[in-house]
Amino acid sequence: MRGDLELIAGLINPGARVLDLGCGEGELLNHLQRDKRVNGYGLDRDAENIRTCVSKGVNVIEQDLDQGLDNFAKDSFDMVVMTDALQAVKEPRQLVRDMLRVGEECIVTFPNFAHWRCRAQLALKGVMPVSEQLPHSWFDTPNIHLCTFADFEQLCKTESINIIQRRVVDANHQEKAFINWAPNFFGTYAFYRLGKSACS
Amino acid sequence: MTQSKANSLGVVEPRRYQHNSEFWLQNGEQLHEYELVFETYGTLNADKSNAILICHALSGHHHAAGFHALDDAKPGWWDACIGPGKCIDTDQFFILSLNNLGGCHGSTGPNSIDPNTGEIFGPSFPNVVVKDWVASQAHLADHLGIKKFVAVVGGSLGGMQAMQWSIDFPERVYAAVLIASAAKLSAQNIAFNEIARQAITTDEDYCSGNYQQFDKNPEKGLMLARMVGHVTYLSEDGMKTKFGRDVKSGNFAQGADVEFQVESYLHYQGRAFTQYFDANTYLLMTRALDYFDPAREFDGDLTRALEQTTTKFLVLSFSTDWRFSPERSQEIVDALIRARKNVASAIIESEHGHDSFLLPINRYTKILSAFLQRSYAELEDISRSSQTTQGDLS
Repeated sequence: MRGDLELIAGLINPGARVLDLGCGEGELLNHLQRDKRVNGYGLDRDAENIRTCVSKGVNVIEQDLDQGLDNFAKDSFDMVVMTDALQAVKEPRQLVRDMLRVGEECIVTFPNFAHWRCRAQLALKGVMPVSEQLPHSWFDTPNIHLCTFADFEQLCKTESINIIQRRVVDANHQEKAFINWAPNFFGTYAFYRLGKSACS
Repeated sequence: MTQSKANSLGVVEPRRYQHNSEFWLQNGEQLHEYELVFETYGTLNADKSNAILICHALSGHHHAAGFHALDDAKPGWWDACIGPGKCIDTDQFFILSLNNLGGCHGSTGPNSIDPNTGEIFGPSFPNVVVKDWVASQAHLADHLGIKKFVAVVGGSLGGMQAMQWSIDFPERVYAAVLIASAAKLSAQNIAFNEIARQAITTDEDYCSGNYQQFDKNPEKGLMLARMVGHVTYLSEDGMKTKFGRDVKSGNFAQGADVEFQVESYLHYQGRAFTQYFDANTYLLMTRALDYFDPAREFDGDLTRALEQTTTKFLVLSFSTDWRFSPERSQEIVDALIRARKNVASAIIESEHGHDSFLLPINRYTKILSAFLQRSYAELEDISRSSQTTQGDLS
């Protein structure tokens, strides 16, 4: 399993109710259903992904994340997961709010736009950064809301979202000591585990 | 024609099931006996674990696939999906398809003789509802020795039967496929059915439903009913593509009787319908559609209605279907998720409106096939592991 998904799987309790936003081919849910007997659902809108999920027996629902999560009741999941999709949705702030409404906790992962390679391309070459994680050109990218770790943490602060845990990894989803020395500079992906604020 | 018979089941033969004991209906009435006409395709395996039940929609019947005679112009109504190598694969599955109680294609219905009076039932045939159909289908399954279906599959009104199966007999349905269906009809949908019923019952040849006694048939009414139905089964874009404003006959310049292609199509479909469908059955089927609402017994809470089921679901809808829109399917999906049931859903892009469910649309058949294969594999796994457990105990 992909390194980041393994990291997430480790945080989910057996029998939990899990919602996976942009579940792709259902790798995480398939693993969780088999090994942890979770009651999990994945949302996706790609026809081929949906068929793959169905052939694996993953509960996949065709739903566009830009429509929001209004069809899910408050606190109906223990964990709501969204890997690598935050930057591609129309209203990321509203979606994160929604995730914390329908879930007790949530996990969000996204690529860091302030990684030194991105910074270098912009500062030295004067071009929009293109990398393995963000392979698109500016004119055809689905990533319309790129942000940095600092941006995201600022959002959490304004929204009174409790950051329970943060892990920053390199391009291979490995944690390295030097990354934590300056995460917003060396980190490729961040993984945030979020909870409702005490006052909400 | 040879081409349409490629991958076909070839000639199939209807069979009959006679239920010789009393059958109590939901409305409190009873039938002393009933008969169902059905067809099967493929081979039932030794442990009878590869059966799939097909439930038909409003105007459907038992003849879902194959041909009744070699020179038949058209195969069964779902031949596009049922056959060797097709998405409901008869090389692997044993398919059961029947004409529902109250139908007019050979099962006991308004055209049958009422044993109490020795006359045909006509309008006095009791109102049957989806739950009655499911109960009668279960008797047929018993008769064939099928304890559990891999899947019960249906489009539209057929999907409602599949859902009812999952509620009434969860232990007998491993998976349910609800295609272009709804947990209950909307007011708009009931309204269309009522227009169809009014067209029939106000036809002077309807004779309060006793038209057969007077050797009549409310053809005008039936034709209108079918025409209204057809318009709602197609999408605006689909009609534009299929007919546009093409003229079949007449000439605008001369101001003479212009007949548009779409008019000609509706007339043809309407007229043809009067030749093979019974008016009293049409009334009965549309009422069954209108009354269906499994949540009614649970204070309108569909989630509670589905709480006891152990069936897994595939819910499919079509982008341009406005008679059974994707939103109706989403309501089912949302209720199933709230009830913590296993469910997958997809909204298939198609310009053919509600009729899409009858067509071999690539994405649709692929996902249906994947779901059935997966369900069968899971069911086999479960029965293998339960055999092992029993072996350990003995």
